[in-house]
Amino acid sequence: MRARVFVTLKPSVFDPQGKTIADALHSLGYGGVDDVRQGKYFELDLNTTEAAQARALAAEVADKLLANPVIESYRIEVD
Amino acid sequence: MKFAVVVFPGSNCDEDAYHAAKDVLGQRAEYIWHKETDLKNADVVILPGGFAHGDYLRTGAMARFSPIMRTVAAFAAQGGPVFGICNGFQVLLESGLLPGAMLRNRDLKFHCEHVHVRVEQTDTPFTFACRRGQVLRIPIAHGEGNYFAEPAVIAQLEANRQIIFRYTDAAGKVTDAANPNGSAAAIAGLCNDARNVVGLMPHPERACEAALGSVDGRILFESVVEALKSGTIGGSKGAVMQTIGSA
Repeated sequence: MRARVFVTLKPSVFDPQGKTIADALHSLGYGGVDDVRQGKYFELDLNTTEAAQARALAAEVADKLLANPVIESYRIEVD
Repeated sequence: MKFAVVVFPGSNCDEDAYHAAKDVLGQRAEYIWHKETDLKNADVVILPGGFAHGDYLRTGAMARFSPIMRTVAAFAAQGGPVFGICNGFQVLLESGLLPGAMLRNRDLKFHCEHVHVRVEQTDTPFTFACRRGQVLRIPIAHGEGNYFAEPAVIAQLEANRQIIFRYTDAAGKVTDAANPNGSAAAIAGLCNDARNVVGLMPHPERACEAALGSVDGRILFESVVEALKSGTIGGSKGAVMQTIGSA
């Protein structure tokens, strides 16, 4: 199975890169973009066919390495 | 007295730290490759600046899994003095040996310049010889030095007097303009609960000789030598770090 892990800064953490991208979009005339948050995206190829197992494994590696819980949170999709 | 300078792939201030310990202070020093698991009876451990493991994923994130870090954590747990400088500070944060995390500098720029930091507390091995309120002129060189922790954690750091260095102006005043990266509470350096593990973003090892433009960093290395000589803190011999004097 494949797990997709999306890591982003927590809402309470200022994201200077996202802010700069939003400012750039505004200067390009995209006033419809209110805000941007930048993150990281990981694809994990997992040798299991069980979705629950895949999700649990992805969550474990996200907790252990992919995300820093002090500043980041993550979301997992499995298929 | 023996300094261990840990070398990760991508460390680039290891030689500066070694030079400060050995040539400037006249102490013994040894490089310890990150794959080793023995600190070779060192009394002090320095995690130097650089870009350990290319700073892949996050600064310091990969270095945390280097074999030597388990030994460094055990050394720290026994009260041994550990000093993380710049990337070494980031490694300590990722390792959980110090609380918090680093974000990109608020202006997204890599800052390479001399800044001023004020010594907030002197009861750590690396500020032992300092005066409280002493202002040091030391260079920074980082893109991710914007210290972050939740407000409750910052409050706890304040209450425990774990904020050891703050960015200030030359007069020792905390101002927004003097904060080069946006760090919460103008934090440039902090220590752990037991006060033997210290992280600092600026580079004192680059400010140990007049030829380098400042000698203000030297006192941090002299501090640990004095603190160890005074017998109030333990190194690899297993003595337990006690709070060394009062601030």
